[in-house]
Amino acid sequence: MIHTTALTKDFVVSRTETVHAVKGINLTVEPGELVAVLGPNGAGKTTTMRMLTSLIHPTSGTARVAGYDVATDPSQVRRRIGYVGQGNGAGHTQLVRDEMYTQGVIYGLDRRSAARRADELLAALDLVPLAKRKVSDLSGGQRRRLDVAMGLVHAPSLLFLDEPSTGLDPQNRANLWEHILRMRVEHEMTIMLTTHYLDEADSMAERVVVVDHGEIIADDTAENLKNNLAGDRVVLSVAPMPDAGAHLEQVVSRVEHVREVTTDSPGHLTVRVDQGPHTLPRLLRAVDAAGFTVTAAELHRPTLDDVFLGLTGRSLRESSAAAETDPASPDAATDKDAA
Amino acid sequence: MTTTTSTLAPSRQGEVASTGPRNLARDILIVLHRELRPLLRDPFSIMFGLIQPIIFLALFGPLLVGSLGGAAEGALGESVWQWFVPSILVMTALFGTSMTGSNLLFDFQTGAHERMMVTPLSRPSLLVGRALKEMVPLSWQAVLIVVVMLPFGFTLYPVGAAGGLVILAIFGVGLGSLSYALAIAVRKQDWMFWVVQQTFIFPVMILSGMLLPLETGPHWMQVASKFNPLTYMVDAERALFGGDLTNPDVLWGILAALGTAVLGLAVGIRMMRRSAD
Repeated sequence: MIHTTALTKDFVVSRTETVHAVKGINLTVEPGELVAVLGPNGAGKTTTMRMLTSLIHPTSGTARVAGYDVATDPSQVRRRIGYVGQGNGAGHTQLVRDEMYTQGVIYGLDRRSAARRADELLAALDLVPLAKRKVSDLSGGQRRRLDVAMGLVHAPSLLFLDEPSTGLDPQNRANLWEHILRMRVEHEMTIMLTTHYLDEADSMAERVVVVDHGEIIADDTAENLKNNLAGDRVVLSVAPMPDAGAHLEQVVSRVEHVREVTTDSPGHLTVRVDQGPHTLPRLLRAVDAAGFTVTAAELHRPTLDDVFLGLTGRSLRESSAAAETDPASPDAATDKDAA
Repeated sequence: MTTTTSTLAPSRQGEVASTGPRNLARDILIVLHRELRPLLRDPFSIMFGLIQPIIFLALFGPLLVGSLGGAAEGALGESVWQWFVPSILVMTALFGTSMTGSNLLFDFQTGAHERMMVTPLSRPSLLVGRALKEMVPLSWQAVLIVVVMLPFGFTLYPVGAAGGLVILAIFGVGLGSLSYALAIAVRKQDWMFWVVQQTFIFPVMILSGMLLPLETGPHWMQVASKFNPLTYMVDAERALFGGDLTNPDVLWGILAALGTAVLGLAVGIRMMRRSAD
């Protein structure tokens, strides 16, 4: 469905500065997959998606989307994909149903089919009571559902969602996802989405592609990423004992499945382990046997943020915050939403 | 939801599988229809483009009558209104269509333009459909001004007036396209749109002899006006609205309108193709 080879995009910012937004991405997405592209702002997610949807030309490399090359056959690609961008796709002065109808006509439906299709999708996305409203009068969640409805008018086999739930409250996010997932089953769609919501990538996507600085740094199921790249985290507190520090670390690091031990403060350790639920009791027994008294123990299952931290040494949340204030970041330069 | 599923299968086969080239005329009509909808729903929105012309008509017109009316037999012809109303029509085209790019800027901000760019609509149609739409509000505004001025001693020559409206509409398509091109060019610093539009609009207005005859002005202004397509538009409108259909000014006006339209569409389409970058 998607196949890219060394896909690259450079933005020339000034005579002396070129931003390498996407650096030779190789990505293959099979029909029916639901892939989340995860990364901080400025990582190249949106730039990649804009190349795949024919909005911008790659600097080099190729991308085949829905069977056609985006650079040489953009018109064929456009007929086959649905796209929900970061902004709102409906014109603010238009009426909801009018925009749905026009979208159908654009994709080649005759008047009657376009009208029928508009009504079907308005019903499917709970927008019927809003059909005669002006788009500018809708709430953020309603506009987002309308965006998704418009992206589905021609029953595309491939749907791109660029940060579909940014700015929505948790209830609206859940509601939007309910609609998207149902539509996916009904339309047998392949879906590729970008997000910087970790939990969204975690719970919705079957495959997570982690992007940083324009490169893919990990690509697997969320479960595998967390197990292989982050592991579980155990936080231990032991009762104070004289000159225990180094000895305690040694005891802990000798336990099977322990990867890394750090002493946060005297008597407090953070331990990265594999198979946390099994390792924790063994850890406690070993520490106990060495003569220490454990006063508290917590097991943290990993999040995708831990994965990102493990891969880059940075937290995804911090990177996002930093990138938003960085004017040189290519996403910030091209996103309207970043402003 | 089972009904939804059942109707989807054929539509995917039928429409999306068509691989032939797009029909440009159909695409233009789609864009035109979409652009006209808000206007038809709310016809009063054309008043927005009429504010400035009406101010000039109501506050500048009487001054013109007072200061030039008596002594201006030679410069202004039979009646000041016969001289000034065609000016106001061209001014309406100038103000109304040069602002229209701001609508596109708004679509850039919201994401509506990006959505249109991902659809298979041909790129030229996105510009041409919008530009053609400009004819509609402009014609309504022009007719409204003429009707309002009839009781004030403005004489209507129907054939000439109709011709005048046609070349005005053609000129509006060109200027509207240029306004869209400007909007695309400055989309990343959108405040620039108004700076450029305002800087452009007043010099070309004054140097067209629209408000005051340039015959009494310095020589350099008369020379500059010869390079201003608006001058030829104003002269042609005056000839046509005076019923003087065979006046050579009419031909020059047609050329100026067509030239503006061709230039505007060429520049606009070129910019539209690059508008997603």
